[in-house]
Amino acid sequence: MNTSATIQHVHRDDEASKLGMWLFIFTELLLFAGLFIVYGVYRYLNPTAFHLAAQQLSVTVGTINTIILLISSATIAMASSSIRLKNKKLTLVLLSITLLMALAFMVNKYFEWQGKIEHGFFPSSETLQGLGNGDTLFFGLYFFMTGLHALHIIVGLILITIVFIRVNNNSITDENPVLLDNSGLYWHLVDVIWIFLFPLLYLIT
Amino acid sequence: MDKHDDTHIVPYKTYLFILAGLIILTLISVGVTHVELGKFTIFTAILLASIKSVLVLIYFMHLKFDNRILQILVPAVFILVGLVIFVTFLDYNFR
Repeated sequence: MNTSATIQHVHRDDEASKLGMWLFIFTELLLFAGLFIVYGVYRYLNPTAFHLAAQQLSVTVGTINTIILLISSATIAMASSSIRLKNKKLTLVLLSITLLMALAFMVNKYFEWQGKIEHGFFPSSETLQGLGNGDTLFFGLYFFMTGLHALHIIVGLILITIVFIRVNNNSITDENPVLLDNSGLYWHLVDVIWIFLFPLLYLIT
Repeated sequence: MDKHDDTHIVPYKTYLFILAGLIILTLISVGVTHVELGKFTIFTAILLASIKSVLVLIYFMHLKFDNRILQILVPAVFILVGLVIFVTFLDYNFR
């Protein structure tokens, strides 16, 4: 028991880190579950308005964004494997693909929102006020739910960039990949939420 | 033994197969919107979305290879949230 060995020992509990990440994911799940209930109830109260309003959304853009997010989820999951196989280069490539896909998702979202706003579909617009409560509710929920989701994408972009930098300067390696794993978990949660938002907003018309 | 399970490395191929499956399910869920299913439209959409998220949870989120606590806790919480949504909706509809 010499002192240098004691000093070098860094306390780490990967299982606890992962459990903590899951607990955070559960709170996120509750946040979106509340919104799903609000959406469900208002849809039930205004079936015709929601039916017509949902047709304003482009299924093609929604589908492309779904596939983009699925690919980004697969690449960050693969990065968790490649870091353990000590393949730093591939890990960095996979993380870059994830980041590019996240950016592509945001660009699509930007043009989608811009299109809606140009057509006068934004909260408290005159077009919506003329259409009535059902449409106002649909677009209010559309902007809030996709907006909150997009905020999560931005947080994910920042998180994955930090992971990318730390893999690059060797402070995340196969010895301590838990931050990469946890960022992956977060990113998959964002994916799971989109998996439900996509049919609710775009497909069920 | 435990140590080995903790460091289980999933082959890249598994992720690519799951990704292909997820994309196919997405295209199916878009495709069925052109079929008149009446009452079952919402049910089908939610069912396909649930299958997709289960695949993401088991493979991408690594639950298949995680410890017992997470393997029990995560499905339990997801099912609980699903039930809360369902029961709240029922309560609202039949009040």
